Amino acid sequence: MENEFSIEVRDLTKMFGGFTAVDHISFEVRHGEIFGFLGANGAGKTTAIRMLCGLSLPTSGKAEVAGYDVFRKPEMVKRNIGYMSQKFSLYQDLTVSENIYFYGGIYGLKRKVIFQKTEELLEKLDLKHARNTLIRDIPLGWKQKLAFSVAILHDPQIVFLDEPTGGVDPITRRQFWDLIYEAAKAGVTIFVTTHYMDEAEYCNRISIMVDGRIEALGPPAELKTRFQSQDMDEVFVKLARG
Amino acid sequence: MAITQRAAGEYAIRIEKLEKRYGDTHALKGLSFSVKPGELFGLIGPDGAGKTSLIRILGTLVLADGGYAEVLGHEVVKDYRKIRQKMGYMPGRFSLYQDLTIKENLNLFATIFGTTLEENYELIREIYVQIEPFKNRRAGALSGGMKQKLALCCALIHAPEVLFLDEPTTGVDAVSRKEFWEMLGRLKSKGITMLVSTPYMDEASLCDRVALIQEGEILQVDTPDAIEAAFPRSLYGITGADTYSLLLAMRADERTASVHAFGDSVHFTAKEAISAASLQSMLSEKGFADGVEVKEIRANIEDCFMELMSGGRLADEEISK
Repeated sequence: MENEFSIEVRDLTKMFGGFTAVDHISFEVRHGEIFGFLGANGAGKTTAIRMLCGLSLPTSGKAEVAGYDVFRKPEMVKRNIGYMSQKFSLYQDLTVSENIYFYGGIYGLKRKVIFQKTEELLEKLDLKHARNTLIRDIPLGWKQKLAFSVAILHDPQIVFLDEPTGGVDPITRRQFWDLIYEAAKAGVTIFVTTHYMDEAEYCNRISIMVDGRIEALGPPAELKTRFQSQDMDEVFVKLARG
Repeated sequence: MAITQRAAGEYAIRIEKLEKRYGDTHALKGLSFSVKPGELFGLIGPDGAGKTSLIRILGTLVLADGGYAEVLGHEVVKDYRKIRQKMGYMPGRFSLYQDLTIKENLNLFATIFGTTLEENYELIREIYVQIEPFKNRRAGALSGGMKQKLALCCALIHAPEVLFLDEPTTGVDAVSRKEFWEMLGRLKSKGITMLVSTPYMDEASLCDRVALIQEGEILQVDTPDAIEAAFPRSLYGITGADTYSLLLAMRADERTASVHAFGDSVHFTAKEAISAASLQSMLSEKGFADGVEVKEIRANIEDCFMELMSGGRLADEEISK
């Protein structure tokens, strides 16, 4: 299905017993857009992302990701997205090149393609000297850049980044955003969560979830004007504190 | 010991040339600083900076490999028992008993320290009332925010003189972070000395003084104000251009010393002194004319941290001090 959106969500809802974790959320994300998905802890972000990645079935509503319905084609959704989180990304006991090979295999890439992509990637990230180093022995900043590159190894339409920059130094954090910009320029849709409010400003549009609902959605500049705030931090606090 | 002993009471915490190694990893490379009684002191740095190692040494949980450390006038190895009576510790990972309720955890910690919940209730009241409605719930079933409040109550139950908080706000949303720092502010007004570690640079401004640390070394120790004021060059904020294109264009220019994205603006410094007007024309040359605004701005802690990381120095007087 060809249309201008990578993600289309209508009234998406998830209930756990009597508790509504995600409450009729609706939004679209365009191809190549950097979309920030914000909210306080417990607002329902993780539940929403799990549904969009085809890992959890919605209670009601509709969501299409990369052109596939998350209800009916969760496996096709998984094949056409990339995912990276701070908590889980690479295997510590495998080397740099083994990790690339492993993920390439998972996503069904041919050996030849994987080898070619491995070389390109090591060159681009300046990691050639570390190809046979175990992941646990490389600095956190490299790990994160590598994890991102591996998450888009199979050229997915969309990549989901769940707090990708936690704990890294400010320079590495910005280098990571360079990779995000570059991927977006190449047409990959970026769906990102973060607790750094300055990073929210790097997004084309952001949404802010409060108690399972999307309370605000728009470009950062527009939200700052609408909520009469200096920066996104202020917008976030105004909304989340109610 | 060659290092001079000072009168107890002058410092709440003092470390000199502190060293720690784990195999080949040099976690702490000779750190020195001191914290005054009643101070709210921040250890600011990314993962791997050595924050946790330092807190564990001060908390008498891990032995240093060299140097000297004292807490409340007690040396951390010889007098560890005295320190443990007077310190509170909130580790980075939730470490209370998951299968005990809120009330049971509090009673357990109170009993261990030979006190009761009632005895120091005033100190924890403000925090405790927020979790009291759930006092019969097991700790394992609490939300992240409630766990954090319970851990803070347990760390305070024996009215410690000094409190160590290891990354209490990591992974916590912006609102909860704000609330947590407000709680620390109230504890400070009760005279408790606090050493707080955090990877969030913006939290530096909430501390009396901070140590910026990176890979086991101290980059700078001072008040946040003094650190910001010592930024060595003119710093410009550029707004109104496409961030990524602007970054690429400015990075490629040899006049650029540093250029970084900062929220909705880009922070720029030049190798040689440059006026706002000539920066404006430099931008026009590159096709960034329409709607682009240039303003000289004051550096924040994150600007300073990046400057120090890249081998830059803050003002010379800071170095000679």
